[in-house]
Amino acid sequence: MSETKNTFTLDGQPVVFEAGQTIMNAALAAGHYIPHLCHHREFKPHGSCKVCTVRVNGWLSASCTTPASAGAKVESEAPDIQEARRRIVQMLFIEGNHFCPFCVKSGNCQLQAVAYHLGMEDTSLPHRFPSRAMDASHPDVVLDRDRCINCSLCVRASRDADGKDLFGLSGRGIDTHLVVNSSTGLLKDTNIDANDRAIQVCPTGALLVKRRGYEQPIGERRFDAQAIECEFESKY
Amino acid sequence: MPQSSSLERVLTRISARYRDEPYQLLQMLRAVQASYSHVPQSAMQFLARHLGVPLSQVQGVVEFYAFLHETPRGRYDVRFSDNITDQMLGSRGLCERLCQHLELTPGQPRADGKVTVDYTSCTGMSDQGPAALVNGLAVTRLDVGRIDEMADLIDAGIALEAWPRDWFAVRDHIRRSGPMLDLQMAPGAALEAAVARGASSTLAELARSGLRGRGGAGYLTAHKWRFCLEAPGMERFIVCNADEGEPGTFKDRVLLTRYADALFEGMALAGFVVGAREGFLYLRGEYEYLLPHLESVLERRREEGLLGGNLLGSRVGFDISIHLGAGAYICGEESALIESLEGKRGQARVRPPFPAIRGYADKPTVVNNVQTFIQAAQISAMGSAWFAEQGTEKSRGTVLLSISGDVARRGVYEYPFGVTVKEVLADCGAGAVQAIQIGGPSGHLIGAADFERRIAFEDLPTTGSLMVFDWSRDVVGVVQNFSRFFQHESCGFCTPCRVGTTVLRQLIDKVASGHASAADLDELEACGMVTRSLSHCGLGQTAPNPVLDGLKRFRPVLEAKLLGGTDGPGFDLDAELSEARKISDESLKEGQHG
Ligand SMILES: Cc1cc2nc3c(=O)[nH]c(=O)nc-3n(C[C@H](O)[C@H](O)[C@H](O)COP(=O)(O)O)c2cc1C
Ligand code: SF4
Ligand code: SF4
Ligand code: FES
Repeated sequence: MSETKNTFTLDGQPVVFEAGQTIMNAALAAGHYIPHLCHHREFKPHGSCKVCTVRVNGWLSASCTTPASAGAKVESEAPDIQEARRRIVQMLFIEGNHFCPFCVKSGNCQLQAVAYHLGMEDTSLPHRFPSRAMDASHPDVVLDRDRCINCSLCVRASRDADGKDLFGLSGRGIDTHLVVNSSTGLLKDTNIDANDRAIQVCPTGALLVKRRGYEQPIGERRFDAQAIECEFESKY
Repeated sequence: MPQSSSLERVLTRISARYRDEPYQLLQMLRAVQASYSHVPQSAMQFLARHLGVPLSQVQGVVEFYAFLHETPRGRYDVRFSDNITDQMLGSRGLCERLCQHLELTPGQPRADGKVTVDYTSCTGMSDQGPAALVNGLAVTRLDVGRIDEMADLIDAGIALEAWPRDWFAVRDHIRRSGPMLDLQMAPGAALEAAVARGASSTLAELARSGLRGRGGAGYLTAHKWRFCLEAPGMERFIVCNADEGEPGTFKDRVLLTRYADALFEGMALAGFVVGAREGFLYLRGEYEYLLPHLESVLERRREEGLLGGNLLGSRVGFDISIHLGAGAYICGEESALIESLEGKRGQARVRPPFPAIRGYADKPTVVNNVQTFIQAAQISAMGSAWFAEQGTEKSRGTVLLSISGDVARRGVYEYPFGVTVKEVLADCGAGAVQAIQIGGPSGHLIGAADFERRIAFEDLPTTGSLMVFDWSRDVVGVVQNFSRFFQHESCGFCTPCRVGTTVLRQLIDKVASGHASAADLDELEACGMVTRSLSHCGLGQTAPNPVLDGLKRFRPVLEAKLLGGTDGPGFDLDAELSEARKISDESLKEGQHG
């Protein structure tokens, strides 16, 4: 069969891929949504959140870092995988402090949208309520670490798109946290700009532009109009 | 805080000692920590500028490694090994006693800046605990007498060099030897045999032996070397994994002490076979005390022509340098180890590509365990038949066990692969055994039902650690100790391990304290399964083993601790309120002081 040469199946449906493409990027390009948080097709994959886990020929692996291979059988929406993803998202919720009803990103937040997509109804695990430093030192940009999920998208975007290298992940284990690359460790001593990609790619409400809160009324926010999977599927 | 101009002079000197090479950042930071008992913010800024790396990267490294600190430690920095085997020998009580004598709180430097007392992960001395590190150097066989004297020495400000020598003595404790430990190999014998045979025949000989890696995964060594040999690229590297971080393991410590010649010969042999000219020994920070010994063996071998520019008088060169870790179990994982060798945070890479294809500096790299290199050298000298004589079909040769816990004779035991657990337990004088942890916390917790099983890659694989628990021990306490270990050692890169190990720890603590419900056990299981199957690297994939084994094999022990039996509530009002009480207590206290 010649067509299996650059094709794999995703939940039974054939997906064509280009040499070197990851399962995630091939799926997204073909209009199939695989839940993800630390992935963005413009940036080098990181493979850390594990929300995008799929089963490839029987083995679980992160679809954003796994190269597509001809004839592979990829399962994404199997009940056990969805259940595992739900737990991962629960873990992200209890790790930080996410009070969605009061958050300016509510309705535009990918963490929240992925949770809805996966049918997560509660957090079930014990909350940690960590105390994390907030950085409101900059006139235009605020970093609220309570909502940071350590996805490193801002790190990559600042380095690779903005050419500024303003962020890094530091600490270890559960104390992993985002640090700002300035002598004071504060945003005010960086050349960050409200239009930086680093801010735009943040999937949560951790990096925000000031004075832009609650701009859209409930009902018109990003994920009110369209569930996250529909948005991705219609973009391609 | 040191004065800035003198600080800069010292930092310039430290950096120059490491050729101002960014890959040496971790080694430089270790030196800064040793000089100033912390890495001051100004030092991080200086090194970032000086080496041309982002400040966030320098900070990221300092905050990653347990032996580096942003705030000052005491001039005496005491860390008690907190493995379960140390605890069983009374380490916790000894640590508390020392803290009382010195009037300080664990983890916090005393107000006068003189001393810090803290805990650390297993220091690799389970056969002679309770153990500790003082300013990075191992002290063993602690007891009340030594602790009281230590407090006096610290208070009197006596330099470490003047402390009793025998406190720093580390014994080998080889209890049972076999062909591997008994072999007396003349330095150079393995290399000469290899040169006579030629590189490809040597590789073939290694393949015939069936040698599998002794660091855990049991990958065929000849395959690994062949992958590296055949990988495209001009430069190749040889790395010895001497991180030995698996709690309860100490066989590599003994091998580094007694068989360093054979180890370096094995590394040079690998270099000869795959065409590498440079090798690194990644030595865990806890074994810093071995550094002078290892350096002197390297130096002697250079003089003997067994290392350096003209290996065995030929034009090929091979040399080895030693890198020290700084308190991170994850750096035993081969790709995290390479990151650490490159001076970075020890985070596991995405694999494949495996190090044999893309390793150090993105070049093909062989990473093997200490014992693997020694055995490869022995095979080159003695032939594959000598090696393959013992063991099972799939696990050739012998296994080195590091045995500790409730046994009469703790130490290193060599057995042919295929030996049963029962035989081993009889030899080391273990009576009334309730459970053993084989392969360390990342291995398995098993009970008597499994003691007929065989130690071999195809049945009970092991990194060598075997900890024995008799009926006086609380299995939940064992599981708790290991769960804390993993939470502490998780690198934090991926969600299932970073958060999963935290959840597991919280829940097992709840079980241990008698506040858990049956629903919590279900949660433990579900969370453990997700962490096991979705984690990025071997650490997270094995971190739930103690919990899951506990649930599988010792369920009644866990259930006996549940609040209200197996169907009680999952909520304890008293405990929920305790935090609030603590806060109001503290504010009261503050009020008194104020
Ligand atoms: C968390 C973790 C820690 C490890 N620690 C060690 C170690 O201390 N020593 C070691 O040789 N291998 C360790 N390994 C295994 C290494 O990744 C690697 O498989 C091994 O060094 C390869 O050598 P070998 O083929 O000779 O066994 C560890 C693996 C993991 C996942
Ligand atoms: S700030 Fe946002 S983009 Fe950056 S690591 Fe945190 S969640 Fe990710
Ligand atoms: S499994 Fe744990 S140690 Fe491994 S990458 Fe994930 S967080 Fe780090
Ligand atoms: S999206 Fe693949 S691991 Fe985060």
